[in-house]
Amino acid sequence: MVSARSLYSTPGSLTYHDLPWVITHREDRCTLCGQCTSVCPTGAIHLTYRRQRMPKLDVLQKKRGNEYRHFVGIRQHTSIEKRCIGCGMCAMVCPNEAIGPHPNNNEHRSNFHLNTAGEAYKRGGRRNAPGKTVLDRISFGRISMLTDPALDAGRHEFNINTILGRVLSPEEYLRRKMSGEWIPPTREIFPFVIGSMSFGALSPNMWLGLLQGVAYCNEVLGIPVVMATGEGGCPPWVLRSPYLKYIILQIASGYFGWDEIIRAIPEMQCDPAAIEIKYGQGAKPGDGGLLMWFKVSQLIARLRGVPEGVDLPSPPVHQTLYSIEESVMKMIQTMSMAFGFRVPVYPKISASTSAKAVLNNLVRNPYAGGLLIDGIDGGTGAAYNISMDTTGHPIASNLRDCYLDLVRQGRQNEIPLFAAGGIGKNGNITQNGMALIMLGASGVHIGKYIMQATAGCLGNEMGRCNVCNLGICPKGITSQNEKLFRRLDPDQVAERVAETFMTIRTEIKKIMAPLGRSQSLPIGMSDALGIDDAAMAERLKIHHVC
Amino acid sequence: MCRLALRSADEAFSPYDVLTAMEAMQEGYDGSGLGLLLRGVEFEDFRLKSHHVVLSGIAHTEAAFHRLTDWMGSQGFQIRYVHEFERRPELIEAQDRFVYLVRVYRMPATWDALSCEEIDDNLLRVRLAIRQNEELNRGEITVFSLYRDVVTLKEVGWPLQVGDALGLADGRLKARVVMAQGRQNTNYGINLYACHPFFIQGIATMTNGENTAFVPIREWLEGKNIPGYIGYHSDSEVFAHILHYVTRRLKLPLELYKHVITPLKNEELDQHPQGEFLKGLRTVCRRLIIDGPNAVIATLPDETCMLVMDQKKMRPATVGGRPGAWAMASEMCGVAALVPDRDPSLDFQPMREHTVIIPPDRKDYHIWSQLDPCTLPLAA
Repeated sequence: MVSARSLYSTPGSLTYHDLPWVITHREDRCTLCGQCTSVCPTGAIHLTYRRQRMPKLDVLQKKRGNEYRHFVGIRQHTSIEKRCIGCGMCAMVCPNEAIGPHPNNNEHRSNFHLNTAGEAYKRGGRRNAPGKTVLDRISFGRISMLTDPALDAGRHEFNINTILGRVLSPEEYLRRKMSGEWIPPTREIFPFVIGSMSFGALSPNMWLGLLQGVAYCNEVLGIPVVMATGEGGCPPWVLRSPYLKYIILQIASGYFGWDEIIRAIPEMQCDPAAIEIKYGQGAKPGDGGLLMWFKVSQLIARLRGVPEGVDLPSPPVHQTLYSIEESVMKMIQTMSMAFGFRVPVYPKISASTSAKAVLNNLVRNPYAGGLLIDGIDGGTGAAYNISMDTTGHPIASNLRDCYLDLVRQGRQNEIPLFAAGGIGKNGNITQNGMALIMLGASGVHIGKYIMQATAGCLGNEMGRCNVCNLGICPKGITSQNEKLFRRLDPDQVAERVAETFMTIRTEIKKIMAPLGRSQSLPIGMSDALGIDDAAMAERLKIHHVC
Repeated sequence: MCRLALRSADEAFSPYDVLTAMEAMQEGYDGSGLGLLLRGVEFEDFRLKSHHVVLSGIAHTEAAFHRLTDWMGSQGFQIRYVHEFERRPELIEAQDRFVYLVRVYRMPATWDALSCEEIDDNLLRVRLAIRQNEELNRGEITVFSLYRDVVTLKEVGWPLQVGDALGLADGRLKARVVMAQGRQNTNYGINLYACHPFFIQGIATMTNGENTAFVPIREWLEGKNIPGYIGYHSDSEVFAHILHYVTRRLKLPLELYKHVITPLKNEELDQHPQGEFLKGLRTVCRRLIIDGPNAVIATLPDETCMLVMDQKKMRPATVGGRPGAWAMASEMCGVAALVPDRDPSLDFQPMREHTVIIPPDRKDYHIWSQLDPCTLPLAA
């Protein structure tokens, strides 16, 4: 036994078997081209020169000796900051299928070391909770067959758009029409909205690709998709372009980017689709936005009116606000006024047991144009891991509670509820979204799914990749580094946006047609829903099916 | 799927005529119920006056009957006429039918000074009290309508058999407008309150097909807390309440009913002279958009009859007849049986944008198109 001191082992020492991802490298296939090491976003692998000693014993000559073989190999770093994140870019670029990461199925040690230098673990992505979600378990069971004919999804005319904006009661609408009073603005939009991802979180190419795709959906395909900016404003040319009408501008607690927006108002060719006031985010409720310094490039700094290369944490609350009364009165009305009362203004909150209180407050505010509730499974570009994994409320029951509260008041058509957070987490985008719509949502916001479907985001809920915060996104989606975001072709993203929404549109029809619905989005059609768990069924007030 | 028949004629006729005509469509019902609603009622031995109202329903026990008659008296209603049916109880499956109520009352004298609308509200309140007053009802009284010049009969069974059981063929009860529905029981249990036609404050509708958007519409109507928007034992009851809501609560012209339940598309509204108003109406009444498949037949207190379809028109219905006698039915053969002496080439099947109206003068039927400008009482 050798003394412990002679071995290099510190409390922080790990071997590659302790890491969440283990690189498998097949030397017999490797051509040593070096592409994998150059593409690895964390520098987890490196080319090494190795020497192998081959003991040599010449019995006849009674001589002992060694021979040495020299070779070049690829090895995995074991330091925590250079751990493999499982993105698999090495496998993607390898010409000879010689390398790739494999999840370490054993309990691994890195969880205990993600606090180097006293820094709590921050990352991007979603709550790391894989498996079927509640939404995935919902099925659509009220099938029109004999009592009324099922419709033909391919041939019938469908009206699947939804309304964003404050809707008056019919009595009030007629009264105001008669007296020529103000009617709150509404927008007819596709019920799947590209959720707020900021110009800062996303790379310029990703943003451009999304916008091109959205414009194509609207102008060529006739699918009125809108997309929301996150906090941090909007590129100046977009603010002055006719494409602004497809954009929901977000204002959040840091007010980043709003100098640019306010200055652009007199020059705007059209109104934005809506204004979203972010009070909370499902992935990190009670926490402000966070753009880490890696991503504060020259362009982002200019847009946000800050120096380059500094962390940009937004406060957890809007500092100018004292209470919810003020937030609904002051902010909603101020934003409405800024855009001449022609643009719907609505708040975004994180799902919470207090969501109903917010909702009831909004119901009484004649300017509130809706409520977006973001559940615990929502994604983010950067947050503390502890917030993402443990803080928040799932969307399904929260949305349902809020909707039924509106039903009790007879106001369910007046304040449209939008739901977000984990929709399409396992790829079932349309099914998840339609389940929420039938639970009472007027529409859904999707962010992470859009990155995955349109730009090939590699992140998942088992700790894969999730480095959006560091600006090293291997696909160039969430990076401000030109070398990285040039990997992403905006035209290809746009094409995928169009393909994605065409598919969602078809799938909506394939869900609605068997239910005998085509003339209006089946908001609140809870009699069509079933779930295979009695407790969930009771909680959501839908059928228990088994 | 249920079968619908409506006949409207200058000369009062027996509701039994409609039941026999309905036999032409008999493959469409399964004997799970019959509903009849009569307007322009003529009793053989009594003449209705404008201050008379008719209570229609069923008292299931003798005690309930006495409770009801006493209670009506206590509310100031004076009995003027009681229509006794020549009953053949053996033709009816149900045993708990002490008496079919068709009782004519003089409205309370205290109501004389009230406006028509106030009287309608009072009548609704009284009807709901009979239905909901635990002490009075005790689950033993079913009330279908309480209104001027409206008689409603509902019973479980084969339509013609129900007609025989009530002796409707005897000609003692006649009407100028008769709505009849032969029921095909589908999703909902056989419940007398689930039988069409549905009635609220003089407005009556009957429907075939299933209303796939029922739950969201019901939830919205219930949320309005408007008296009478209750029950919903049938998914079709919402059609009566939407019609009531549009014409009585919003006070919109009848033409706009169709714009509420099946609004036009954006492209069509962009061309419509009142497109902007109608788009706004579509948005605020969004929860009342029906998705069919349904044909809705309605009648109003002035004996106007109306027929509309859902947007997909998968339950086509037909209107036909001659000046003085018209029919609306869910099947063409029904129209033929209801008014045989007509020119069938003039029959009309409304398309998705049409509302067919048989006005009280019964000279011709009118076709309103949603694409045409409508008369709005508004600055809109």
